[in-house]
Amino acid sequence: MSPVHKRAVPHDATLPAIELENVSVRYDQTLALENVTLRLTRGARVAVVGPNGAGKSTLFHVIAGVVRPTEGQVRIYGSGPGGHICVGYVPQRKVIDWDFPVTVTDVVMMGRVGKMGFFRWPARRDREVVRAALDEVGMSAFADRQIGELSGGQQQRVFLARVLAQEAELLLMDEPLTGLDMPSQEAILSLIDRIQAQGVTVLVASHDLNQASEQFPTMLLLNRRLIAFGPPRQVLTTPNLLAAYGGHMHIVRTGDGEVMLADTCCSGGTALALPSLDHTAAPVVQPVAQETMQGMRPPR
Amino acid sequence: MDLLQLITEPLTYPFMVRALLAAIMVGVLCPVVGAYMVLKGLSFFGDALAHAILPGVVITFLIGWPLAVGALASALLAALLIGVISQRSTLQEDTAIGIVFAGAFALGVALLSTVSSFAVDLTHILFGDVLGVSQTDLWVILALGLLVLGIILLFYKEFLVLTFDPVLALVLRLPATALRYLLLGLIALTVVTSLQTVGIALVLAMLVTPAATARMLTHRLPAMMTVAAMLGVVSNVVGLYVSYYLNIASGPTMVLVATTFFGVVFLLAPGRGVLWRTVRASSAQLQTPANPRA
Repeated sequence: MSPVHKRAVPHDATLPAIELENVSVRYDQTLALENVTLRLTRGARVAVVGPNGAGKSTLFHVIAGVVRPTEGQVRIYGSGPGGHICVGYVPQRKVIDWDFPVTVTDVVMMGRVGKMGFFRWPARRDREVVRAALDEVGMSAFADRQIGELSGGQQQRVFLARVLAQEAELLLMDEPLTGLDMPSQEAILSLIDRIQAQGVTVLVASHDLNQASEQFPTMLLLNRRLIAFGPPRQVLTTPNLLAAYGGHMHIVRTGDGEVMLADTCCSGGTALALPSLDHTAAPVVQPVAQETMQGMRPPR
Repeated sequence: MDLLQLITEPLTYPFMVRALLAAIMVGVLCPVVGAYMVLKGLSFFGDALAHAILPGVVITFLIGWPLAVGALASALLAALLIGVISQRSTLQEDTAIGIVFAGAFALGVALLSTVSSFAVDLTHILFGDVLGVSQTDLWVILALGLLVLGIILLFYKEFLVLTFDPVLALVLRLPATALRYLLLGLIALTVVTSLQTVGIALVLAMLVTPAATARMLTHRLPAMMTVAAMLGVVSNVVGLYVSYYLNIASGPTMVLVATTFFGVVFLLAPGRGVLWRTVRASSAQLQTPANPRA
């Protein structure tokens, strides 16, 4: 039962910020998540990685309380997600209607709707929070622009401001860096740093394994099941990566040797290529530019 | 006749004054509700809803009850059937809507054909009978119109979140399903309110055309709704006058005026109009280095 404009359930900081217990999510005939068990403490900073269709978005939806798990339990600070309005969710840019007649300020103000309650208009406090949020992300100058006029990085920042306006304690970002140039990516990452420093628990879905391993102390490797969770060193091992991406790799015999094609990504990310299938060696994870082929020859 | 006479002459007839008042009220109400339909692709649904209320309207018409009651009952039943068909089969919702609305419409026409004044009544129901609006009808339009606009105002920010980002509505624990049904209910109520002014077959134009025109001229929702309402009122008033002087059907004339406005804006809107973009593209070509004179 979802409460209407409920006041946030007070958070006991000794409890895990996010807890999943044997969570499975089934859509019609497809199993999107299978038996995921997970515990995150307050202030954690986790990169969620895995191939397309691994269930990263589903994981976020189930944590945000947007989707109910078919099996298992989700708990935010000890209680089910339904009682909380503190989960900030930043969707993938491609699912937003950028032609909608709303300005930057309008979008950020939407984050306040949970706190405002029915039959109320934005009060001074709401306007102040929105202004502060826009300042924090550096978008004050664009307050009156229609959202379709913004660049990818700017759009991402507006949605981060919305999360700040929500006064959220959890931040879930679905592929925020996809398709952004390096300066924009760095701007977003430094914003995430600042937000996390305020005690917000952060989960970011990413396609870029290298960047994720550099920027995040904890990684979660997902392919319907939880394959690995921990520091990048521990997660990015050959057996784990094969278990996650194995079905997305094809070895093709060509006229002059063998080529391994990795199909890990959407448009706008980097492909993963492993130099060898030697199970004892630690993998060297190398980005392969999207414009060149998505694959490389194993060294001879 | 000078302009002042042109304007005041029809107003010497009470039925024209009432018609004008109805046209103005509906001209404000429909585009505001229609704004949501334009933004969420609910045009087909809106048209289907208008057609699906026919059997309810005919039945209440024949037994002498208020038409609004029959219309709402019919709309609810149709919505229910659409839901059942799309959930219990592999048919798309689009197909289910088409089947239910056509079937309901046929039922309504068949029922009405049992009455001797069939042809006239059908014309009025389909295309409006704004010249036949009574004093009571005006009060009903005002009351229902204020109700719908009031609800939109009350739930403005919730509707905004629901239509822009339905996932956010769920994340903020808004009663998303209830709000969605409320919005659909408001559309149904608006259709019922506008029945007499413009009729079932054309109420979609009242809902969608001024709002679509406003969409091309604005970039914020409140502005879009305001401009849409202004366009709606002007289209209806001009349409009523034109129909008076040309002695043609009023409802369709109002729709023609609204559509003409759309056409003009479509071609000429700054930055978005078709002609504007073509002119800008060719002037950009003239300014290439190959032609330093430009």
